[in-house]
Amino acid sequence: MAETPLDSIPSIFQDLRTSFNSGKTKSIAWRKRQIEQLYKMCDEQKEAFASAAHADFHRPSAETFLYDCGVIRNECNHTLNHIDEWTRDEYRSDSLAYATMDKYVHPEPYGICLIIGAWNYPFLLTLSPLIGALAAGNCAIIKPSELASNSATIIAQMVERYLDPSCIRVVLGAVDQTQALLKGDINHVFYTGSTMVGKIVMRAAAEKMIPVVLECGGKCPVYIADDANIEVTAKRIAWGKGINCGQTCLAPDYILCSKTTESRLIPEIVQAWQSFYTDNPINSDSYCRIVNERHFERVNKLIDTTKVVYGGQTDAKQNYIAPTIMTNVNGTDKVMQEEIFGPLLPIITVNNELEATEFINSRPKPLALYIFTSNKSLAQKIINSTSSGSTCVNDVILQVAPQCLPFGGVGESGLGNYHGKYSFDTFSHKRSVAFSPTWSEFLVSKRNPPYDQKQIASLESLVQVRRNWLSLPRLSSWVWPFSASTTASGTKDDK
Amino acid sequence: MTETPLDNIPNIFQELRASFNSGKTKSIAWRKRQIEQLYKMCDEQKEVFASAAHADFHRPSAETLLYDCGVIRNECIHTLNHIDEWARDEYRSDSLAYATMDKCVHPEPFGICLIIGAWNYPFLLTLSPLIGALAAGNCAIIKPSELASNSAVIVAKMVERYLDPSCIRVVLGAVDQTQALLKGDVDHVFYTGSTMVGKIVMRAAAEKMIPVVLECGGKCPVYIADDANIEVTGKRIAWGKTINCGQTCLAPDYLLCSKKTESRLIPEIAKAWQSFYTDDPINSDSYCHMVNERHFERVKKLIDTTKVVYGGQTDAKQNYIAPTIMTNVNTADKVMQEEIFGPLLPIITVNNEREAIEFINTRPKPLALYVFTSNKNLANTIINSTSSGSTCVNDVIFQIAPPCLPFGGVGESGLGNYHGKYSFDTFSHMRSVAYSPMWSEFLLAKRNPPYNQKKTATLESLAKLRRNWLRLPRLGFWFWAFAALATAITTRVVVRGIKDDKWDI
Repeated sequence: MAETPLDSIPSIFQDLRTSFNSGKTKSIAWRKRQIEQLYKMCDEQKEAFASAAHADFHRPSAETFLYDCGVIRNECNHTLNHIDEWTRDEYRSDSLAYATMDKYVHPEPYGICLIIGAWNYPFLLTLSPLIGALAAGNCAIIKPSELASNSATIIAQMVERYLDPSCIRVVLGAVDQTQALLKGDINHVFYTGSTMVGKIVMRAAAEKMIPVVLECGGKCPVYIADDANIEVTAKRIAWGKGINCGQTCLAPDYILCSKTTESRLIPEIVQAWQSFYTDNPINSDSYCRIVNERHFERVNKLIDTTKVVYGGQTDAKQNYIAPTIMTNVNGTDKVMQEEIFGPLLPIITVNNELEATEFINSRPKPLALYIFTSNKSLAQKIINSTSSGSTCVNDVILQVAPQCLPFGGVGESGLGNYHGKYSFDTFSHKRSVAFSPTWSEFLVSKRNPPYDQKQIASLESLVQVRRNWLSLPRLSSWVWPFSASTTASGTKDDK
Repeated sequence: MTETPLDNIPNIFQELRASFNSGKTKSIAWRKRQIEQLYKMCDEQKEVFASAAHADFHRPSAETLLYDCGVIRNECIHTLNHIDEWARDEYRSDSLAYATMDKCVHPEPFGICLIIGAWNYPFLLTLSPLIGALAAGNCAIIKPSELASNSAVIVAKMVERYLDPSCIRVVLGAVDQTQALLKGDVDHVFYTGSTMVGKIVMRAAAEKMIPVVLECGGKCPVYIADDANIEVTGKRIAWGKTINCGQTCLAPDYLLCSKKTESRLIPEIAKAWQSFYTDDPINSDSYCHMVNERHFERVKKLIDTTKVVYGGQTDAKQNYIAPTIMTNVNTADKVMQEEIFGPLLPIITVNNEREAIEFINTRPKPLALYVFTSNKNLANTIINSTSSGSTCVNDVIFQIAPPCLPFGGVGESGLGNYHGKYSFDTFSHMRSVAYSPMWSEFLLAKRNPPYNQKKTATLESLAKLRRNWLRLPRLGFWFWAFAALATAITTRVVVRGIKDDKWDI
């Protein structure tokens, strides 16, 4: 992978700043065009993307088509469907006290946004944030991860071909380039990656008081209640753990369940994996590899052969690790000391949801929490006693698919969120604008000194907000047609 | 002011953490009670607050009563009026592809929030963020500024008296206490103060990846077009510049206008100041003083006596600086090198709005930008060619009064925002929750390996989101209510007509 020379980085910033100052990105038509081009890119180039990811870590094309390209295309269309309403000035009104002012919130771009991608979903985690940055009217610099070097190279190539190079650029490289970019003329940083590096990024952003979004990770726990539908549960967990060889920030990291459930669960997960990848996943085209040697060694060390009940095979030459289950794991085992980011599934025994909740709460807040149960109250109880970036009941990972839900972490799993309108909001500054008329001076001038008791009392009472004691019930929009039709039909006729 | 001993701070964190973990703050009833108590505090104790601020920097009671207590009370009521809807799980729906999932956004508190206040509005800038923190269900530690020591002491006393001490505490002190707090078991930091210290706070928060809100400042420019109503403009700028003796983050910092407008404006501002404070503001009870000697000296040094056309008098014993106008100021002058935070009003000459825009854009993005003009298009041009935390046209400061508008900076003037629902959102983590049913397995199973072309294509098409080419026009609520009523009545009339054989069908 040809790294971008450090000397060229200042001129990239200069070009982008000039473009931004020219007002080019403020045009909604320009923004739509870029997003339409991004859509085209992820449609026409999906095979090229899939080949690059396959070259990087043996990733099955289907996973690139569905989880990178397909998701980006959907995000593009969702944004194109809504960008007009999002970019509009949003008029506001509330108390009578300020009724004389014309008030609205005016969304503005920050300027130059730096998007630092990760290697595990190399296209999604660079191009999906880009949609938000563009929709909001920013210029952007993308820094893909060097660990997926073929993917990074293809991104650079395609961004140059499809998007406006005066406003959107890709910088290839590693730590040096990232540091140079963080010191540069940026107005916003969007980072996806590890918590450790996330803190470094935030520290760099603090030097200039730049807003940051940090999408990190952690160990996503799965609690399986005894009343869960074991067959479906197993299939869904097996899928979530096996895609991308477990290298998904939202992958179910470890399981908490009772011994009874465990004994029913393990055969189902095994059966699911066998149906997905056959008995010998190393030969399956649907199973990918660990991204590189360093991570292979890292995950390999987490395997405690005395606790393996399924899988455990590895092949260093291919960076291959089989889908693996370990039981009788406890909180102090190596596999529980860091985010696995690999196809190992440790199972920890808990007797009930209280023990599970305690276990979860004694650890950092995870990016996602998963609960499998047929009892909705139980699920809600666990949700209300824990905290996580997001939560899914009876599935894994899919809670980030709908555009209407924000995707982000909390605590060490992340800061800020995106997806759908949240992407637009994250890359926008919401500027309050108020127009005060001159005719209201007779009211406004009451605030002028010299102060006296009477004037203060009158001013206090003029601006006072009163408590709504009568709170109107929340009426849904169906109430109106319903009441309209009942009114009409109830009208007495003239006979 | 008795500082909180550093040794106490770990205990404070332990107690608050135990309270938070007990789930006490999750109760909406508890949150409402705290906010009601905060309202009571700012009602019953307003005179006490006013005396403390007066002792601190000769602040007129009116300014504490109106701009601290009154604003806090309004924010309390606004929050109490809306907290039920804000704290509710918000159900969402969008594309058909995920219609099988029950989806909601579940607001959650972060845990323990640290609120670092500023001295210039000592009650507002500690207690207003507190409303948001409590509404969202957090515990809170407040660190008022030591520069307004009487006010800080009173805040500590009253918080202990009115609010739940197991969940809300005040720590008094200076740099040492602030550093100890930033290193403590904190989940969120809300800071109001200078940009320089804001960066230090953010750096400390980065160590633990804690979300921050930084309400800082900068030089808020005012552009006055030749077509502005000079009398009203003069009064409004005069007011904004001298309340709190110019020590307001949103105060109009400097003016940009033509020489012609300047010559008409100066007498109006002078007249306004004279009507506010008389010819000798040092004797006025309505005029406050600089907060301390250090700031008095700092602002005094910014006065260029060769450029003063009004005011300029100072009295070091009282930390008093008169409302002052300076003309023919240029960017190299000392008064343009930092946020003034004092009653000096420099005027810089520009010939038109383009020069003003250029001037504004060469400097860091301000917390607020003010435009005075009777031409709405001109105002919009300026707004669209600049960036600022917020903007007000034909007034100053008041854009932050309505709770429906977010208050915050951009760039070096700040990060994040609050007020009204934005306060609630700022102190909440919005947790996505999705319920996936079992019966949809026949659809979901399509995602399972082994992969093949056909399956992949089916899945792509199942999950695909389509572009809306036919865009429904934006029709408001009243349109639909009216349309429903009209349809119902028409249908009834027609049906009745047919039934009664009024028409031949």
